[in-house]
Amino acid sequence: MSEMKKIKNLKEFSTSADRFEGANLLCPGCAHSIIVREVLNATNDDMVLSASTGCLEVCTAVYPYTSWDASWIHIGFENSSTAVAGAESMYKALKKKGRLKQPDRNPKFVSFAGDGASYDIGFQWISGCMERGHNIMHIVLDNEVYANTGGQRSSSTPIGSSATTSPAGKVSYGEKKNKKDMMTIMAAHGIPYAAQVSPNKWKDMVKKIQHGFAVEGPVFINAVSPCTTEWKFDPKDTMHLADLATDSLVFPLYEIIDGRELNITYRPKNVVPVEEYLAAQGRFKHLFKDEYKYLIKEWQERVDANWAYLQRREEARV
Amino acid sequence: MAKKGWDEFEIGAMLRTFNGKIDDIAGTRQENRDYSENSSYTASVADWRLIKPVFNKDYCIDCQFCWVYCPDVSIISRDQKLIGIDMDHCKGCGICVEVCPTNPKSLLMFPEQADEETEIASWPKKDEKEA
Ligand SMILES: Cc1ncc(C[n+]2csc(CCOP(=O)(O)OP(=O)(O)O)c2C)c(N)n1
Ligand code: SF4
Ligand code: SF4
Ligand code: SF4
Ligand SMILES: [Mg+2]
Repeated sequence: MSEMKKIKNLKEFSTSADRFEGANLLCPGCAHSIIVREVLNATNDDMVLSASTGCLEVCTAVYPYTSWDASWIHIGFENSSTAVAGAESMYKALKKKGRLKQPDRNPKFVSFAGDGASYDIGFQWISGCMERGHNIMHIVLDNEVYANTGGQRSSSTPIGSSATTSPAGKVSYGEKKNKKDMMTIMAAHGIPYAAQVSPNKWKDMVKKIQHGFAVEGPVFINAVSPCTTEWKFDPKDTMHLADLATDSLVFPLYEIIDGRELNITYRPKNVVPVEEYLAAQGRFKHLFKDEYKYLIKEWQERVDANWAYLQRREEARV
Repeated sequence: MAKKGWDEFEIGAMLRTFNGKIDDIAGTRQENRDYSENSSYTASVADWRLIKPVFNKDYCIDCQFCWVYCPDVSIISRDQKLIGIDMDHCKGCGICVEVCPTNPKSLLMFPEQADEETEIASWPKKDEKEA
């Protein structure tokens, strides 16, 4: 195994030479690229990357440009995971046959996909990769909506969010179904590592990505990606939204090892009320009308119950 | 590569980021890379901006928060020091200003047409309330 990149602190991290380039067409303030930079800069090894159709792919591969300084494949919406799994299988086969020109380079195979591409459309493809045990990492850029096609709901869209296919209005408070628990579903494949990350906690992110690179077998990462356009907040506030997401425990940061052992990796000193997280985003604006205020209370109860569940699991070591 | 029209690309196009071979990309700084014309590094999104960040090094503590949270790889840090902003790739989102912890801030947003030297000369003083 190649040596892990040493990143003690942010100053040291800042000496990384980025392999992701600007003048891509992502919105100003888009968190997708912040996440991608933190992931790519976590290693100096070669990378074989893929992206499924969605904002990240569409905006970083606008012909005749590419924003990637690494091998990067795009096939379709549903199959970023299998694209990179195919490359990894071929790499293994060539290595076994002694046909690699530089067998010691130890590339990392990473697939990026949106929540639409992961929770819905590419679900069975990812599940297949996890089950077959490819040595890949699948990273969800979770903005809880089909952002690239104009904001349709996905099975990651949370209750009460107004999406174009579940709009809030006179007769509806927006999305009615709760967000799918992908972390638990992916961990249930018995994979060596699954983790939830957020770009504001860059150190937690780097640690988890490096752990994911170090283990043998498939890794699942769910990264919260505040979307200025669909969540409806000012682009300058992306990191503030990420702070609210982790500190309100709407996006708790934790990891699941070998499908069982759960560790909470971040405990906010001051837990922020969920109401503050909701109030910062236009997609939840209608919840503050009198007739829908009960939903804010229910939101808080759901988040509290989930936090209690994670703590029980952590304690029980199951 | 001959320039092609927007509708003249081959199915399964392959774009090469660099001219020639680079063995150690992660160990080669941007200024030392031989980017091909297919890398978006060679393009500019400067015309997206209505407001722009101005950097005042007098107050900077080189914490690198702006570097890690800039979505557009536009904070240029070398040897753990912030040395400037890449104005071809900055989209003017303002995140760097929000995450800057100094008082007064070492980065502030100004209208695109503002003159940098004038703004630095009249930089706000320390905010006592905040301290
Ligand atoms: C099979 C297929 N169905 C639908 C589309 C249209 N489409 C392209 S991007 C996209 C939304 C992507 O959403 P998500 O995966 O959440 O990524 P985001 O843009 O939010 O980052 C859709 C529906 C497609 N390209 N292929
Ligand atoms: S719509 Fe959202 S996810 Fe897509 S580029 Fe804009 S901010 Fe990023
Ligand atoms: S304004 Fe946005 S894009 Fe420009 S340097 Fe600051 S964080 Fe980067
Ligand atoms: S965030 Fe502010 S203090 Fe920190 S490196 Fe950037 S400009 Fe300097
Ligand atoms: Mg999405």
